[in-house]
Amino acid sequence: MNFIIQLRRSLVITKKDLFVFYLKGPVIISGILMPSFLFIAFAIGRDFSLSFLIPCLLGMGLFVTVSSIGPVVAPWETRMKTFERLVSAPIALWAIILGDIIASLLFGLFVTFFIFLVGIILLGVKIVSLSLIIGTIIAAFCFSSLGLLISAPHTDNPSSIMMLSNLVKFTFIFISGVFVPISSMGKWKVISYISPLTYYTDLARYSVEGTNYFSPVVDLLALLGFSILFFFAAIGGHKKSLTKRF
Amino acid sequence: MYSIKAEYLTKKFNGFTAVDRISFKVKSGELFGLLGPNGAGKTTTIRMLTGIFRPTSGTAFIGEYDIQKNPLEAKQIMGIVPEMANAYVDLSAMRNLLLMGELYGIRKKVRIGKAGNLLKLFGLYEKRNQKVKTFSKGMQQRLIVAMGLMNDPKLLFLDEPTAGLDVESVRLIRELIREFNSKGITIILTTHNIEEANQLCDKVAIMNHGKIVAIDRPEKLKNTFKSTASVEVAFDREVEAEELLFGNVVTEVKKVGDKIRLYSARAEEVIPMLVEYSHSSGRKIISLNTLAPNLEDVFVKLTKE
Repeated sequence: MNFIIQLRRSLVITKKDLFVFYLKGPVIISGILMPSFLFIAFAIGRDFSLSFLIPCLLGMGLFVTVSSIGPVVAPWETRMKTFERLVSAPIALWAIILGDIIASLLFGLFVTFFIFLVGIILLGVKIVSLSLIIGTIIAAFCFSSLGLLISAPHTDNPSSIMMLSNLVKFTFIFISGVFVPISSMGKWKVISYISPLTYYTDLARYSVEGTNYFSPVVDLLALLGFSILFFFAAIGGHKKSLTKRF
Repeated sequence: MYSIKAEYLTKKFNGFTAVDRISFKVKSGELFGLLGPNGAGKTTTIRMLTGIFRPTSGTAFIGEYDIQKNPLEAKQIMGIVPEMANAYVDLSAMRNLLLMGELYGIRKKVRIGKAGNLLKLFGLYEKRNQKVKTFSKGMQQRLIVAMGLMNDPKLLFLDEPTAGLDVESVRLIRELIREFNSKGITIILTTHNIEEANQLCDKVAIMNHGKIVAIDRPEKLKNTFKSTASVEVAFDREVEAEELLFGNVVTEVKKVGDKIRLYSARAEEVIPMLVEYSHSSGRKIISLNTLAPNLEDVFVKLTKE
């Protein structure tokens, strides 16, 4: 069936996710409250400049928010027994996954937009650059794909996936130069290369502070590479677990 | 013209064969029943035919489309009411129907009109804007059947559509199944309810242990099993079952409430024997009926073998 038709049907899935999952408890807790508290705990009582804090907030905010809906959708649909109805409709599995990714991406971009606003209007930080805007969109897709990949195991228990998701998220946050710049990580910085968040935080630091570890082109290419990897891995994972969901 | 052509369909899960080389055809406009005990492989068969499970081997055509090669095209012409499926309980009935319409690519104006008509037909129009979580089980199931009809399917799969429902919903759904079938929609009905299959289906396939053990029109199947014809008799006093075997004429004697059912392929010979027994034993016959084999008898016989 026509690729464009399938893309359109992806957007139907996006719309459904936005209606059904946005106000679910786990999404609010892990998508908005948790990163806010984490950031406050990190920033309060320390003498950090705004230009250091804003990239932290951007990186963590986008990463945590975007990867909060994706992991919830599949187990929730399995538990509510709506998934079989969905896969029996004339929509390809990749299009369902893409629809879920776009829903998470929009949620993340919406929250990140407010972080941009707070940074620019209230705090007067100059953070707009074209590479950051492009990077934010690619990173949102990348982190959202990671969320979908995490939800591939065939459980019908959202909290099991949330636990796995939090484990991955915290690990990535601490190894990606969010709180400690990569240049200050010594020999441990090699580990940061395997995290896509590293490249987004680096891009944010470049756009706000003017300091960077990798060049913006490398950051963008790395984010793009991780996006493709996670997207296809998510499709493969869900394909494999599909028959076990019923 | 066939709506379904399945050839040697097989599905294995980790070495366990859930469906074992089944072949059958369903003519367009037919109401086809799939019967079988739990674990017989009915739902797995439906899931292969609807493109949810990929067969381990074998082929299935939905109309002109091979379900493995053109699953999306095949799904576009079918409506599906999966077993145990739910609507989105956080959405309204109307929004659930519109969501299905969008997934089938139906234009906005058409899908709004269609959703409204289906809600009226299934008696849900007054509650169209209420969240589905406030609906009773019967109302939810009516909505789920309606969701399967949003795309005007040529072929409709109904997997246990009346299981566990109240009488009113069961009657409504059965009436609508007949009505949609009379309009030319081919219907595949999976059910545990043998009487439901007997009343609704043009043809039934009985499955057991992943295989089709019989496939025919319900009346023909009943005739195949003449030995399950029976005579039901009630006496004014208790009777020892062995006394009514009449040599080899009666194959089985069963107590059914205060009556006794005698199974025999020669039911017409049993009646004079019973009258004779009544005279000789001094017992009065209170009631005497001959019963043709029913589909349940056929089902039990086939699935026991």
